[in-house]
Amino acid sequence: MRILILGIGGAVARRVALQLRDKGHTVFGIDTRPWEGGPSDIEVHEVDLRKRPAEDVFRTRRPEAVVHMATVTSLRVQGEERHRINLGGTRVVFEHCREYGVKHAVFVGRHTFYGAAPDSALYHTEDEPPKELASFPELADLVAADLYASTALWRYPELTTSVLRVCYSLGPSAQGTLATFMRGRRVPMVAGYDPLFQFLHEDDVASAITLTVEKRVRGVFNVAGPQPLPLSVIIRQAQRQPVPLPMMVLRQLLGRFGLPRLPPGALYHLQYPIVVDAKAFREATGFTYRFDEVRTIESFLAAHPPHAHAARSSSIGSRRSGC
Amino acid sequence: MELPFNAYGVDPYGVSKWHLRVIFEAMSFFYRSYFRVRCHGIEHIPARGRAMVVGNHSGGVAVDGAMVVTSCFLEMEPPRLAQGMAEKFIAATPVASTWASRCGQFPGLPEHAVRLLEEDRLLMIFPEGARGTAKLYPQRYDLVDFGTGFMRLALKTRTPIIPFGFLGGGAAIPTVANLYGLGKVLGMPYVPVTPYVLPLPLPVPLEIHYGEPMVFEGTGNEEDTVIQGYVEQVKERIAGIVERRRHERWEGR
Repeated sequence: MRILILGIGGAVARRVALQLRDKGHTVFGIDTRPWEGGPSDIEVHEVDLRKRPAEDVFRTRRPEAVVHMATVTSLRVQGEERHRINLGGTRVVFEHCREYGVKHAVFVGRHTFYGAAPDSALYHTEDEPPKELASFPELADLVAADLYASTALWRYPELTTSVLRVCYSLGPSAQGTLATFMRGRRVPMVAGYDPLFQFLHEDDVASAITLTVEKRVRGVFNVAGPQPLPLSVIIRQAQRQPVPLPMMVLRQLLGRFGLPRLPPGALYHLQYPIVVDAKAFREATGFTYRFDEVRTIESFLAAHPPHAHAARSSSIGSRRSGC
Repeated sequence: MELPFNAYGVDPYGVSKWHLRVIFEAMSFFYRSYFRVRCHGIEHIPARGRAMVVGNHSGGVAVDGAMVVTSCFLEMEPPRLAQGMAEKFIAATPVASTWASRCGQFPGLPEHAVRLLEEDRLLMIFPEGARGTAKLYPQRYDLVDFGTGFMRLALKTRTPIIPFGFLGGGAAIPTVANLYGLGKVLGMPYVPVTPYVLPLPLPVPLEIHYGEPMVFEGTGNEEDTVIQGYVEQVKERIAGIVERRRHERWEGR
Protein backbone atom coordinates (compact mmCIF):
# COMPACT_ATOMS: atom_id res chain seq x y z
CA MET A 1 0.00 0.00 0.00
CA ARG A 2 1.22 3.54 -0.74
CA ILE A 3 1.05 5.54 2.46
CA LEU A 4 1.66 9.26 2.85
CA ILE A 5 2.57 10.52 6.31
CA LEU A 6 2.05 14.22 6.90
CA GLY A 7 4.35 15.64 9.55
CA ILE A 8 6.82 12.79 9.07
CA GLY A 9 9.57 14.71 10.86
CA GLY A 10 7.99 14.15 14.29
CA ALA A 11 9.33 11.50 16.64
CA VAL A 12 6.21 9.34 16.59
CA ALA A 13 5.58 9.90 12.86
CA ARG A 14 9.07 8.58 12.10
CA ARG A 15 8.32 5.48 14.10
CA VAL A 16 5.06 5.03 12.19
CA ALA A 17 6.93 5.40 8.91
CA LEU A 18 9.52 2.80 9.87
CA GLN A 19 6.93 0.34 11.14
CA LEU A 20 4.85 0.63 7.98
CA ARG A 21 7.97 0.36 5.81
CA ASP A 22 9.02 -2.78 7.69
CA LYS A 23 5.60 -4.27 7.01
CA GLY A 24 6.23 -3.91 3.29
CA HIS A 25 4.35 -0.73 2.51
CA THR A 26 5.64 2.10 0.35
CA VAL A 27 5.97 5.07 2.66
CA PHE A 28 6.63 8.71 1.83
CA GLY A 29 6.11 11.85 3.78
CA ILE A 30 5.70 15.58 3.86
CA ASP A 31 7.22 17.91 6.42
CA THR A 32 8.92 21.27 6.50
CA ARG A 33 11.47 19.71 8.83
CA PRO A 34 14.15 17.46 7.35
CA TRP A 35 14.59 13.86 8.50
CA GLU A 36 18.33 13.87 9.07
CA GLY A 37 19.77 10.42 8.49
CA GLY A 38 16.44 8.99 7.48
CA PRO A 39 16.26 5.74 5.51
CA SER A 40 16.75 6.02 1.78
CA ASP A 41 13.61 4.04 0.99
CA ILE A 42 11.35 6.59 2.67
CA GLU A 43 11.20 9.74 0.59
CA VAL A 44 10.55 12.97 2.42
CA HIS A 45 9.20 16.02 0.63
CA GLU A 46 10.29 19.13 2.47
CA VAL A 47 7.30 21.27 1.56
CA ASP A 48 4.55 23.12 3.36
CA LEU A 49 1.40 21.05 3.56
CA ARG A 50 -0.76 24.02 2.62
CA LYS A 51 1.23 24.90 -0.50
CA ARG A 52 1.01 23.71 -4.08
CA PRO A 53 4.04 21.35 -3.96
CA ALA A 54 2.25 19.32 -1.28
CA GLU A 55 -0.73 18.87 -3.55
CA ASP A 56 1.69 17.75 -6.24
CA VAL A 57 2.78 14.92 -3.95
CA PHE A 58 -0.84 13.78 -3.70
CA ARG A 59 -1.32 14.06 -7.46
CA THR A 60 1.87 12.41 -8.58
CA ARG A 61 2.36 9.77 -5.88
CA ARG A 62 -1.34 8.87 -5.49
CA PRO A 63 -1.31 7.61 -1.87
CA GLU A 64 -3.92 5.05 -0.90
CA ALA A 65 -3.76 5.98 2.78
CA VAL A 66 -2.85 9.28 4.42
CA VAL A 67 -1.80 9.67 8.04
CA HIS A 68 -2.23 13.26 9.16
CA MET A 69 0.19 14.06 11.95
CA ALA A 70 1.04 17.57 10.79
CA THR A 71 -0.80 19.44 13.50
CA VAL A 72 1.07 21.76 15.83
CA THR A 73 0.53 20.70 19.40
CA SER A 74 3.24 22.80 21.02
CA LEU A 75 1.78 25.67 22.96
CA ARG A 76 4.68 27.86 21.93
CA VAL A 77 3.01 28.45 18.58
CA GLN A 78 -0.13 30.44 19.16
CA GLY A 79 -2.64 32.66 17.43
CA GLU A 80 -3.47 32.93 13.76
CA GLU A 81 -0.51 30.87 12.59
CA ARG A 82 -1.57 27.90 14.69
CA HIS A 83 -5.12 28.09 13.36
CA ARG A 84 -3.80 28.21 9.80
CA ILE A 85 -1.64 25.14 10.32
CA ASN A 86 -4.04 23.03 12.37
CA LEU A 87 -7.45 23.84 11.00
CA GLY A 88 -6.49 25.11 7.55
CA GLY A 89 -4.02 22.26 7.12
CA THR A 90 -6.58 19.63 8.11
CA ARG A 91 -9.08 21.04 5.65
CA VAL A 92 -6.50 20.88 2.86
CA VAL A 93 -5.66 17.28 3.72
CA PHE A 94 -9.25 16.09 3.42
CA GLU A 95 -9.79 18.06 0.23
CA HIS A 96 -6.71 16.47 -1.33
CA CYS A 97 -7.81 13.05 -0.11
CA ARG A 98 -11.12 13.42 -1.89
CA GLU A 99 -9.60 15.00 -4.98
CA TYR A 100 -6.94 12.37 -5.50
CA GLY A 101 -8.83 9.22 -4.63
CA VAL A 102 -7.29 8.41 -1.25
CA LYS A 103 -9.11 5.46 0.29
CA HIS A 104 -8.24 5.94 3.96
CA ALA A 105 -7.43 9.04 6.01
CA VAL A 106 -6.15 8.85 9.57
CA PHE A 107 -6.31 12.02 11.68
CA VAL A 108 -4.12 11.81 14.75
CA GLY A 109 -5.63 14.06 17.40
CA ARG A 110 -5.34 14.49 21.14
CA HIS A 111 -7.19 13.12 24.13
CA THR A 112 -7.17 16.62 25.63
CA PHE A 113 -10.17 17.22 23.35
CA TYR A 114 -12.37 16.23 26.30
CA GLY A 115 -11.04 18.92 28.59
CA ALA A 116 -10.19 18.94 32.26
CA ALA A 117 -12.80 19.96 34.81
CA PRO A 118 -13.69 19.06 38.40
CA ASP A 119 -16.97 17.50 37.30
CA SER A 120 -15.53 15.51 34.41
CA ALA A 121 -15.99 11.78 34.36
CA LEU A 122 -12.96 9.56 34.62
CA TYR A 123 -12.63 7.59 31.39
CA HIS A 124 -14.18 9.66 28.64
CA THR A 125 -15.82 7.79 25.80
CA GLU A 126 -15.81 8.84 22.14
CA ASP A 127 -19.40 10.08 22.15
CA GLU A 128 -18.67 12.91 24.59
CA PRO A 129 -18.50 16.49 23.31
CA PRO A 130 -15.36 18.62 23.70
CA LYS A 131 -15.16 20.53 26.94
CA GLU A 132 -11.74 21.84 26.21
CA LEU A 133 -12.98 25.01 24.54
CA ALA A 134 -14.41 26.46 27.72
CA SER A 135 -11.33 26.18 29.89
CA PHE A 136 -8.47 26.12 27.43
CA PRO A 137 -9.15 28.35 24.39
CA GLU A 138 -5.52 28.04 23.31
CA LEU A 139 -6.34 24.54 22.09
CA ALA A 140 -9.45 25.59 20.17
CA ASP A 141 -7.76 25.00 16.84
CA LEU A 142 -6.91 21.40 17.72
CA VAL A 143 -10.45 20.74 18.87
CA ALA A 144 -11.77 22.34 15.69
CA ALA A 145 -9.43 20.22 13.59
CA ASP A 146 -10.66 17.07 15.35
CA LEU A 147 -14.27 18.01 14.78
CA TYR A 148 -13.56 18.90 11.16
CA ALA A 149 -11.87 15.56 10.59
CA SER A 150 -14.83 13.83 12.23
CA THR A 151 -17.22 15.44 9.77
CA ALA A 152 -15.41 13.63 6.96
CA LEU A 153 -17.11 10.49 8.26
CA TRP A 154 -20.39 11.68 6.79
CA ARG A 155 -19.24 14.24 4.24
CA TYR A 156 -17.02 11.81 2.35
CA PRO A 157 -18.59 8.37 2.73
CA GLU A 158 -16.28 6.96 0.05
CA LEU A 159 -13.24 7.88 2.20
CA THR A 160 -12.64 5.69 5.22
CA THR A 161 -11.78 8.11 8.01
CA SER A 162 -10.20 7.26 11.34
CA VAL A 163 -10.02 9.97 13.98
CA LEU A 164 -7.68 8.97 16.78
CA ARG A 165 -7.65 10.78 20.12
CA VAL A 166 -4.33 9.66 21.45
CA CYS A 167 -3.23 10.13 25.05
CA TYR A 168 0.16 11.68 25.86
CA SER A 169 3.18 9.91 24.43
CA LEU A 170 6.31 9.35 26.48
CA GLY A 171 9.58 7.76 25.57
CA PRO A 172 13.18 8.22 24.52
CA SER A 173 12.60 11.16 22.18
CA ALA A 174 11.26 13.32 25.02
CA GLN A 175 9.02 15.02 22.50
CA GLY A 176 5.38 15.73 23.15
CA THR A 177 3.51 17.68 25.79
CA LEU A 178 4.12 15.48 28.82
CA ALA A 179 7.76 14.77 28.02
CA THR A 180 8.48 18.43 27.38
CA PHE A 181 6.78 19.33 30.64
CA MET A 182 8.99 16.90 32.54
CA ARG A 183 12.26 17.62 30.83
CA GLY A 184 13.69 19.75 33.63
CA ARG A 185 14.93 18.64 37.03
CA ARG A 186 12.00 20.28 38.81
CA VAL A 187 8.44 19.89 37.63
CA PRO A 188 5.72 22.25 38.83
CA MET A 189 2.41 21.05 40.19
CA VAL A 190 -0.59 22.93 41.48
CA ALA A 191 -0.51 22.59 45.27
CA GLY A 192 -3.36 20.47 46.56
CA TYR A 193 -4.00 18.74 43.23
CA ASP A 194 -2.53 15.61 41.72
CA PRO A 195 -4.44 14.64 38.57
CA LEU A 196 -4.19 11.33 36.78
CA PHE A 197 -2.16 11.40 33.58
CA GLN A 198 -2.49 8.79 30.86
CA PHE A 199 0.42 8.07 28.60
CA LEU A 200 1.58 5.58 26.02
CA HIS A 201 5.09 4.68 24.92
CA GLU A 202 6.07 6.29 21.62
CA ASP A 203 6.51 2.89 19.99
CA ASP A 204 3.05 1.87 21.14
CA VAL A 205 1.54 5.07 19.74
CA ALA A 206 3.22 4.25 16.45
CA SER A 207 1.92 0.67 16.62
CA ALA A 208 -1.61 1.93 17.25
CA ILE A 209 -1.44 4.20 14.21
CA THR A 210 0.11 1.45 12.08
CA LEU A 211 -2.66 -0.90 13.14
CA THR A 212 -5.26 1.72 12.26
CA VAL A 213 -3.82 2.00 8.75
CA GLU A 214 -3.72 -1.75 8.26
CA LYS A 215 -7.14 -2.51 9.73
CA ARG A 216 -8.67 0.54 8.03
CA VAL A 217 -11.10 1.12 10.89
CA ARG A 218 -13.73 3.77 10.40
CA GLY A 219 -14.84 6.09 13.20
CA VAL A 220 -13.59 8.06 16.17
CA PHE A 221 -11.40 6.20 18.64
CA ASN A 222 -9.65 6.97 21.90
CA VAL A 223 -6.18 5.47 22.01
CA ALA A 224 -4.56 4.63 25.33
CA GLY A 225 -2.41 1.94 26.84
CA PRO A 226 -1.43 1.32 30.44
CA GLN A 227 -3.49 2.62 33.32
CA PRO A 228 -3.17 6.31 34.20
CA LEU A 229 -0.95 7.44 37.06
CA PRO A 230 -1.04 10.45 39.36
CA LEU A 231 1.22 13.19 38.07
CA SER A 232 3.30 13.13 41.27
CA VAL A 233 4.03 9.43 40.78
CA ILE A 234 5.16 9.98 37.18
CA ILE A 235 7.41 12.85 38.22
CA ARG A 236 9.00 10.91 41.06
CA GLN A 237 9.48 7.76 39.00
CA ALA A 238 11.15 9.88 36.34
CA GLN A 239 13.47 11.02 39.17
CA ARG A 240 12.32 14.59 38.93
CA GLN A 241 11.44 16.83 41.84
CA PRO A 242 7.74 17.74 42.06
CA VAL A 243 7.34 21.36 43.09
CA PRO A 244 3.81 22.00 44.33
CA LEU A 245 3.03 25.68 44.14
CA PRO A 246 -0.15 27.56 44.96
CA MET A 247 -2.08 28.44 41.83
CA MET A 248 -1.51 32.18 42.25
CA VAL A 249 2.24 31.71 42.59
CA LEU A 250 2.43 29.21 39.75
CA ARG A 251 0.71 31.60 37.37
CA GLN A 252 3.41 34.18 38.04
CA LEU A 253 6.35 31.80 37.85
CA LEU A 254 5.54 29.89 34.66
CA GLY A 255 8.17 30.49 32.02
CA ARG A 256 10.68 31.70 34.62
CA PHE A 257 13.31 30.00 36.80
CA GLY A 258 13.48 27.01 34.49
CA LEU A 259 9.76 26.24 34.74
CA PRO A 260 7.95 25.48 31.47
CA ARG A 261 5.96 28.21 29.76
CA LEU A 262 2.26 27.34 29.78
CA PRO A 263 -0.90 29.29 28.96
CA PRO A 264 -3.40 29.73 31.83
CA GLY A 265 -5.74 27.06 30.45
CA ALA A 266 -3.01 24.45 30.75
CA LEU A 267 -3.14 24.81 34.51
CA TYR A 268 -6.49 23.01 34.49
CA HIS A 269 -4.61 20.01 33.17
CA LEU A 270 -2.47 20.16 36.32
CA GLN A 271 -5.57 20.18 38.51
CA TYR A 272 -8.06 17.78 36.96
CA PRO A 273 -7.58 14.54 35.06
CA ILE A 274 -8.31 13.78 31.42
CA VAL A 275 -8.51 10.03 31.07
CA VAL A 276 -9.97 8.19 28.11
CA ASP A 277 -11.63 4.84 27.66
CA ALA A 278 -9.91 3.09 24.76
CA LYS A 279 -12.06 -0.03 24.76
CA ALA A 280 -13.62 0.71 21.35
CA PHE A 281 -10.21 1.01 19.72
CA ARG A 282 -8.97 -2.21 21.31
CA GLU A 283 -12.05 -4.05 20.09
CA ALA A 284 -11.83 -2.61 16.58
CA THR A 285 -8.13 -3.24 16.03
CA GLY A 286 -7.01 -5.76 18.63
CA PHE A 287 -4.42 -3.25 19.83
CA THR A 288 -2.36 -4.21 22.86
CA TYR A 289 0.41 -2.09 24.27
CA ARG A 290 3.92 -3.52 24.66
CA PHE A 291 5.29 -1.10 27.22
CA ASP A 292 3.55 -0.86 30.57
CA GLU A 293 3.63 2.31 32.65
CA VAL A 294 6.81 1.25 34.47
CA ARG A 295 8.82 0.54 31.32
CA THR A 296 7.48 3.64 29.59
CA ILE A 297 8.69 5.92 32.36
CA GLU A 298 11.98 4.03 32.52
CA SER A 299 12.54 4.54 28.79
CA PHE A 300 12.03 8.27 29.21
CA LEU A 301 14.29 8.35 32.27
CA ALA A 302 17.06 6.38 30.57
CA ALA A 303 17.12 8.76 27.62
CA HIS A 304 16.70 11.91 29.70
CA PRO A 305 18.07 11.52 33.22
CA PRO A 306 17.40 14.56 35.40
CA HIS A 307 21.08 15.24 35.92
CA ALA A 308 21.63 15.58 32.18
CA HIS A 309 21.16 19.34 32.32
CA ALA A 310 23.46 19.67 35.30
CA ALA A 311 26.07 17.44 33.68
CA ARG A 312 25.90 19.42 30.49
CA SER A 313 26.25 22.68 32.42
CA SER A 314 29.20 21.39 34.40
CA SER A 315 30.95 20.09 31.29
CA ILE A 316 30.49 23.49 29.65
CA GLY A 317 31.83 25.05 32.83
CA SER A 318 34.89 22.77 32.87
CA ARG A 319 35.61 23.49 29.20
CA ARG A 320 35.46 27.18 29.94
CA SER A 321 37.77 26.83 32.91
CA GLY A 322 40.11 24.75 30.72
CA CYS A 323 40.35 27.63 28.28
CA MET B 1 -8.04 -5.73 49.52
CA GLU B 2 -8.94 -6.90 46.03
CA LEU B 3 -8.06 -3.89 43.93
CA PRO B 4 -5.89 -4.09 40.80
CA PHE B 5 -2.97 -2.06 42.16
CA ASN B 6 -0.02 -1.73 39.81
CA ALA B 7 3.68 -1.70 40.64
CA TYR B 8 3.34 1.82 42.00
CA GLY B 9 0.47 0.84 44.30
CA VAL B 10 -2.13 2.69 42.24
CA ASP B 11 -5.28 1.24 40.67
CA PRO B 12 -6.73 2.29 37.28
CA TYR B 13 -8.85 4.96 38.99
CA GLY B 14 -5.93 6.45 40.87
CA VAL B 15 -6.82 4.81 44.18
CA SER B 16 -3.55 4.62 46.06
CA LYS B 17 -2.46 1.94 48.46
CA TRP B 18 -0.36 4.46 50.42
CA HIS B 19 -3.20 6.92 50.80
CA LEU B 20 -5.57 4.15 51.88
CA ARG B 21 -3.14 2.99 54.52
CA VAL B 22 -2.74 6.49 55.94
CA ILE B 23 -6.43 7.33 55.87
CA PHE B 24 -7.61 4.04 57.37
CA GLU B 25 -5.02 4.21 60.14
CA ALA B 26 -6.48 7.59 61.07
CA MET B 27 -10.06 6.45 60.54
CA SER B 28 -9.64 3.35 62.66
CA PHE B 29 -8.89 5.62 65.64
CA PHE B 30 -12.09 7.56 65.05
CA TYR B 31 -14.05 4.37 64.33
CA ARG B 32 -12.88 2.37 67.34
CA SER B 33 -11.88 4.92 69.97
CA TYR B 34 -13.53 8.25 69.24
CA PHE B 35 -16.99 7.27 67.98
CA ARG B 36 -16.90 3.65 69.25
CA VAL B 37 -18.92 2.60 66.21
CA ARG B 38 -21.23 -0.40 66.58
CA CYS B 39 -21.63 -2.19 63.29
CA HIS B 40 -24.26 -4.88 62.70
CA GLY B 41 -25.06 -6.98 59.66
CA ILE B 42 -21.78 -6.49 57.82
CA GLU B 43 -22.19 -10.07 56.57
CA HIS B 44 -24.92 -8.80 54.25
CA ILE B 45 -22.28 -7.08 52.11
CA PRO B 46 -20.90 -9.59 49.60
CA ALA B 47 -17.20 -10.36 49.92
CA ARG B 48 -16.74 -9.64 46.23
CA GLY B 49 -18.79 -8.58 43.25
CA ARG B 50 -20.84 -5.46 42.59
CA ALA B 51 -23.06 -4.12 45.32
CA MET B 52 -24.48 -0.84 46.48
CA VAL B 53 -24.78 0.17 50.14
CA VAL B 54 -27.59 2.70 50.39
CA GLY B 55 -28.44 4.57 53.56
CA ASN B 56 -29.59 7.67 55.37
CA HIS B 57 -27.51 10.75 55.98
CA SER B 58 -26.89 11.56 59.59
CA GLY B 59 -24.83 14.56 60.68
CA GLY B 60 -23.98 17.86 59.05
CA VAL B 61 -20.67 16.73 57.57
CA ALA B 62 -19.47 13.49 56.04
CA VAL B 63 -18.83 11.59 59.27
CA ASP B 64 -21.47 9.04 58.25
CA GLY B 65 -19.84 8.34 54.91
CA ALA B 66 -16.38 8.11 56.44
CA MET B 67 -17.56 5.62 59.08
CA VAL B 68 -19.47 3.47 56.56
CA VAL B 69 -16.37 3.26 54.34
CA THR B 70 -14.27 2.47 57.41
CA SER B 71 -16.69 -0.23 58.56
CA CYS B 72 -16.35 -2.01 55.21
CA PHE B 73 -12.60 -1.83 55.56
CA LEU B 74 -12.25 -2.84 59.20
CA GLU B 75 -15.14 -5.23 59.68
CA MET B 76 -14.97 -7.21 56.44
CA GLU B 77 -12.54 -10.01 55.73
CA PRO B 78 -10.97 -9.38 53.28
CA PRO B 79 -11.52 -5.63 53.59
CA ARG B 80 -13.51 -3.91 50.85
CA LEU B 81 -13.28 -0.35 49.66
CA ALA B 82 -16.69 1.30 49.56
CA GLN B 83 -16.52 4.05 46.98
CA GLY B 84 -18.72 7.04 47.61
CA MET B 85 -20.37 9.36 45.20
CA ALA B 86 -19.07 12.60 46.66
CA GLU B 87 -20.32 16.15 46.21
CA LYS B 88 -18.76 17.79 43.18
CA PHE B 89 -17.29 20.69 45.15
CA ILE B 90 -14.85 18.27 46.79
CA ALA B 91 -13.19 17.59 43.43
CA ALA B 92 -12.59 21.31 43.02
CA THR B 93 -11.18 21.79 46.52
CA PRO B 94 -7.39 21.65 46.89
CA VAL B 95 -6.02 18.78 48.99
CA ALA B 96 -9.50 17.33 49.54
CA SER B 97 -9.74 16.53 45.83
CA THR B 98 -6.47 14.61 45.87
CA TRP B 99 -7.22 12.69 49.05
CA ALA B 100 -10.79 11.92 48.03
CA SER B 101 -9.78 10.54 44.64
CA ARG B 102 -6.75 8.64 45.99
CA CYS B 103 -9.17 6.98 48.43
CA GLY B 104 -11.69 6.14 45.72
CA GLN B 105 -14.27 8.80 46.52
CA PHE B 106 -15.25 10.32 43.17
CA PRO B 107 -17.71 13.03 42.14
CA GLY B 108 -21.25 11.72 42.01
CA LEU B 109 -21.58 11.26 38.27
CA PRO B 110 -23.67 8.47 36.72
CA GLU B 111 -20.72 7.62 34.46
CA HIS B 112 -18.53 6.91 37.49
CA ALA B 113 -21.19 4.82 39.19
CA VAL B 114 -21.90 2.67 36.14
CA ARG B 115 -18.25 2.10 35.41
CA LEU B 116 -17.38 1.16 38.99
CA LEU B 117 -20.30 -1.23 39.30
CA GLU B 118 -19.51 -2.87 36.00
CA GLU B 119 -16.05 -3.51 37.44
CA ASP B 120 -17.69 -5.25 40.40
CA ARG B 121 -16.88 -2.59 42.97
CA LEU B 122 -18.76 -1.63 46.10
CA LEU B 123 -20.58 1.68 45.88
CA MET B 124 -21.83 3.78 48.79
CA ILE B 125 -24.82 5.97 48.05
CA PHE B 126 -26.82 8.45 50.11
CA PRO B 127 -29.96 9.03 48.04
CA GLU B 128 -30.94 12.01 50.18
CA GLY B 129 -27.97 13.94 48.77
CA ALA B 130 -26.90 17.25 50.29
CA ARG B 131 -30.46 17.76 51.60
CA GLY B 132 -29.86 14.80 53.87
CA THR B 133 -26.82 16.23 55.58
CA ALA B 134 -28.63 19.55 56.00
CA LYS B 135 -31.01 18.05 58.59
CA LEU B 136 -31.11 20.00 61.83
CA TYR B 137 -30.86 18.31 65.22
CA PRO B 138 -34.62 17.90 65.79
CA GLN B 139 -34.95 16.14 62.40
CA ARG B 140 -31.92 13.90 62.92
CA TYR B 141 -33.91 10.66 62.60
CA ASP B 142 -36.07 11.82 59.69
CA LEU B 143 -35.47 10.89 56.08
CA VAL B 144 -35.92 13.47 53.33
CA ASP B 145 -36.97 12.55 49.79
CA PHE B 146 -34.75 10.02 48.03
CA GLY B 147 -33.45 10.59 44.52
CA THR B 148 -34.31 7.88 42.01
CA GLY B 149 -31.01 7.73 40.11
CA PHE B 150 -29.56 5.01 42.32
CA MET B 151 -32.51 2.70 41.60
CA ARG B 152 -32.25 3.08 37.82
CA LEU B 153 -28.53 2.45 38.20
CA ALA B 154 -29.11 -0.69 40.26
CA LEU B 155 -31.57 -2.04 37.70
CA LYS B 156 -29.39 -1.18 34.75
CA THR B 157 -26.31 -2.82 36.24
CA ARG B 158 -28.18 -5.64 38.04
CA THR B 159 -26.73 -4.62 41.36
CA PRO B 160 -28.05 -5.73 44.75
CA ILE B 161 -28.86 -2.94 47.21
CA ILE B 162 -27.77 -3.35 50.81
CA PRO B 163 -29.79 -0.86 52.87
CA PHE B 164 -28.25 0.56 56.01
CA GLY B 165 -29.35 2.80 58.82
CA PHE B 166 -26.86 5.21 60.36
CA LEU B 167 -27.55 6.53 63.85
CA GLY B 168 -25.81 9.05 66.02
CA GLY B 169 -24.50 11.49 63.45
CA GLY B 170 -27.13 14.06 64.41
CA ALA B 171 -25.92 13.98 68.01
CA ALA B 172 -22.26 13.99 67.00
CA ILE B 173 -22.79 17.14 64.95
CA PRO B 174 -25.86 18.77 66.46
CA THR B 175 -26.63 21.21 63.66
CA VAL B 176 -28.72 24.19 64.74
CA ALA B 177 -28.47 26.14 61.48
CA ASN B 178 -27.07 25.93 57.98
CA LEU B 179 -25.40 28.95 56.40
CA TYR B 180 -26.28 28.67 52.73
CA GLY B 181 -24.89 32.10 51.82
CA LEU B 182 -21.48 31.39 53.30
CA GLY B 183 -21.51 27.98 51.62
CA LYS B 184 -22.09 29.61 48.25
CA VAL B 185 -19.13 31.90 48.82
CA LEU B 186 -16.95 28.92 49.76
CA GLY B 187 -18.22 26.80 46.86
CA MET B 188 -20.04 24.37 49.17
CA PRO B 189 -23.79 23.59 49.45
CA TYR B 190 -23.89 25.19 52.94
CA VAL B 191 -21.90 25.50 56.17
CA PRO B 192 -23.45 23.74 59.19
CA VAL B 193 -23.44 25.57 62.54
CA THR B 194 -23.47 23.79 65.90
CA PRO B 195 -24.13 25.28 69.37
CA TYR B 196 -20.36 25.47 69.69
CA VAL B 197 -20.21 27.13 66.23
CA LEU B 198 -17.76 24.86 64.41
CA PRO B 199 -19.13 21.62 62.88
CA LEU B 200 -16.57 19.47 64.67
CA PRO B 201 -18.03 16.09 65.67
CA LEU B 202 -18.45 15.22 69.35
CA PRO B 203 -17.33 11.78 70.58
CA VAL B 204 -20.83 10.33 70.43
CA PRO B 205 -21.30 6.57 69.88
CA LEU B 206 -22.39 5.85 66.32
CA GLU B 207 -24.20 2.86 64.89
CA ILE B 208 -24.38 1.32 61.44
CA HIS B 209 -26.94 -1.39 60.75
CA TYR B 210 -26.76 -3.15 57.43
CA GLY B 211 -29.91 -4.92 56.27
CA GLU B 212 -30.46 -7.87 53.98
CA PRO B 213 -29.76 -7.25 50.28
CA MET B 214 -32.68 -6.09 48.16
CA VAL B 215 -32.73 -7.18 44.54
CA PHE B 216 -35.03 -5.53 42.00
CA GLU B 217 -35.68 -6.78 38.50
CA GLY B 218 -35.81 -4.41 35.53
CA THR B 219 -33.86 -2.54 32.92
CA GLY B 220 -33.67 0.90 34.51
CA ASN B 221 -35.93 2.37 31.82
CA GLU B 222 -39.17 1.77 33.71
CA GLU B 223 -41.80 4.44 34.25
CA ASP B 224 -41.18 6.91 37.07
CA THR B 225 -44.02 5.45 39.11
CA VAL B 226 -42.45 1.99 39.01
CA ILE B 227 -39.03 3.31 39.98
CA GLN B 228 -40.55 5.49 42.69
CA GLY B 229 -42.26 2.41 44.12
CA TYR B 230 -38.96 0.54 44.32
CA VAL B 231 -37.27 3.58 45.89
CA GLU B 232 -40.01 3.77 48.51
CA GLN B 233 -39.35 0.14 49.42
CA VAL B 234 -35.68 0.92 50.06
CA LYS B 235 -36.58 4.07 51.96
CA GLU B 236 -39.04 2.20 54.14
CA ARG B 237 -36.48 -0.46 54.91
CA ILE B 238 -33.92 2.17 55.96
CA ALA B 239 -36.51 4.15 57.91
CA GLY B 240 -37.51 0.93 59.66
CA ILE B 241 -33.93 0.24 60.73
CA VAL B 242 -33.49 3.80 62.01
CA GLU B 243 -36.85 3.86 63.79
CA ARG B 244 -36.31 0.54 65.52
CA ARG B 245 -32.79 1.38 66.66
CA ARG B 246 -33.59 4.89 67.89
CA HIS B 247 -36.06 3.44 70.36
CA GLU B 248 -33.67 0.68 71.36
CA ARG B 249 -30.98 3.32 71.92
CA TRP B 250 -33.42 5.30 74.02
CA GLU B 251 -34.03 2.19 76.11
CA GLY B 252 -30.27 1.78 76.50
CA ARG B 253 -29.90 -1.31 74.32
